[in-house]
Amino acid sequence: MADRITREQVQHVAGLAKLEFTDTQLDAFTPQLDDIIGLFETLSEVDTEGVEATTNVSDQLNVMREDVAEDWGQSAALLDNAPDAERGYIKVPAIIDESEDD
Amino acid sequence: MNYFDKDLASLHDDLVNKKMSVRELTQETFANVKATDPKIGAFLTLNEDAALKQADAIDAEGVAADDPLAGIAIGVKDNIVTKGLKTTASSKILANFTPVYDATVVEKLTAAKTITIGKTNMDEFAMGGSTETSAFQTTKNAWDQTKVPGGSSGGSAAAVASGQVPVAFGSDTGGSIRQPSSFNGIVGMKPTYGRVSRWGLIAFGSSLDQIGPMTRTVKDNATVLSAIAGHDKHDLTSSDKAVPDFAAGLNEGTSVKGMRIGLPKEFLAEGVDDDVRNAILAAADTYRQLGATVDEVSLPHNKYGVAAYYIIASSEASSNLQRFDGIRYGYRAQDVKNLEDVYVKSRSEGFGDEVKRRIMLGTFSLSAGFYDAYFLKAAKVRTVIMNDFKAVLKDHDFIMGPVAPTPAFGLGDELMDPITMYMNDVLTIPVNLAGLPGLAVPAGFSNNLPVGMQLIGRPFDEGTLYKAGYAFEQNTDFHSQLPKLGGQN
Repeated sequence: MADRITREQVQHVAGLAKLEFTDTQLDAFTPQLDDIIGLFETLSEVDTEGVEATTNVSDQLNVMREDVAEDWGQSAALLDNAPDAERGYIKVPAIIDESEDD
Repeated sequence: MNYFDKDLASLHDDLVNKKMSVRELTQETFANVKATDPKIGAFLTLNEDAALKQADAIDAEGVAADDPLAGIAIGVKDNIVTKGLKTTASSKILANFTPVYDATVVEKLTAAKTITIGKTNMDEFAMGGSTETSAFQTTKNAWDQTKVPGGSSGGSAAAVASGQVPVAFGSDTGGSIRQPSSFNGIVGMKPTYGRVSRWGLIAFGSSLDQIGPMTRTVKDNATVLSAIAGHDKHDLTSSDKAVPDFAAGLNEGTSVKGMRIGLPKEFLAEGVDDDVRNAILAAADTYRQLGATVDEVSLPHNKYGVAAYYIIASSEASSNLQRFDGIRYGYRAQDVKNLEDVYVKSRSEGFGDEVKRRIMLGTFSLSAGFYDAYFLKAAKVRTVIMNDFKAVLKDHDFIMGPVAPTPAFGLGDELMDPITMYMNDVLTIPVNLAGLPGLAVPAGFSNNLPVGMQLIGRPFDEGTLYKAGYAFEQNTDFHSQLPKLGGQN
């Protein structure tokens, strides 16, 4: 039986999801995902001709509010949760790979 | 003092009449948690200093007769944010995260003067049915410490069942309140979608998630739901329907006489343990003796719920969990060369395997070329499943069945096989897909492990479920049997 998802597709999806897997992890994940996608495919047994999709079951529709900024006065506490901060800013590594400057 | 078997009303009376102070109750609660938790593992973080301060403040004012929750100890699942109190969702990626605001539910509970004892263990990001995907610790079933507590709200369930707290909060995306309640012999409500604000609940599947109470009795549960429900301007899917005083209708006069109950044949089908099936059939007889009619009904598409759910919930999760990128908060990988590295390595090192599996499934289901066949198909099957429920609930007051096909399974038994784990949710998932309320009530035992019954109602009709659960409780003694942990229990 043909694979429902190949190792290459798993790697492609991992790229979209900003995840990376080692070869050993891929060996384990690929057949697991394949089995689960097999479970997904049982949905083809259900006749959904003319059926609307449901993506929301709330009884509230088109709730509007004013778009007003609020100052929560919490910037210090927020920055305490940042992995790296300096002088009120969140610090991140250089965006451009330093090796590319060579 | 042993308050293990006291309900909220009698604890409240003791506090009002100053038979004990809130400080005494709170201190006793922490002493009991510290004595029992090495065996159970329900709590990740304790809130002792702040809790005692709060207790003293309540004692200074005195507990008023119309403040039914004042001074009551609660546990809060660790995916519900608590200002200044570490909140991890049991994930390494949030191991050091301290929220800067309270979830609306927590805000309402603070206004009701409850005392937060601590944060309870759970499956990582609520993904799992045994609390074993937690990055931090294993929680054990209150009845048998070789068994799982269920999940994902396993810490909250075990905390209530073992007498650590009379009330704990869970969240339920596909059964995460009801299944652990069933596995631990307690009462758990998954409210109608929109009944309770999701503001401050770390999002998993936004069209499915609901916060709800887990308690030892139906009436306690009803009291607490009234306190946390209602519209919230911060969650625009929360309903503006009036919130009834659910507990007010529960008394000697509460009856199911004349009610029509649907028992779906699919809920007792293959895969459901004999003991579970027999407990539900016995419960149906109890309802008949109490004057209700129980009809066999059909939810023909129930079996497709698991597949539809794992597409929809994983898709929503893959989107919701994009925010964990190592930049603003949470875990950031070291030894990174560029920004892409920060994202990929922080996420790959910070998330556990089950979370990665769900993100992968969701990303796949939403990706170009697969969206129509997977996500859109699942969203249409969701409509079909909703219509099945609508048809039955048109002429039945509620639906009854088991919560889970089996009692609690052994620690480590299902973790290795995702599909076995996913199929365990076959009876709870459809209720989330349809946005309906579902109540888990103790209904029997199998080899000394609790078996739960699930009552499913019309949208916003939690009141009928509480009445039916209460009537059942008054005529059975399953809820009054308690696990033996040694010590004061």
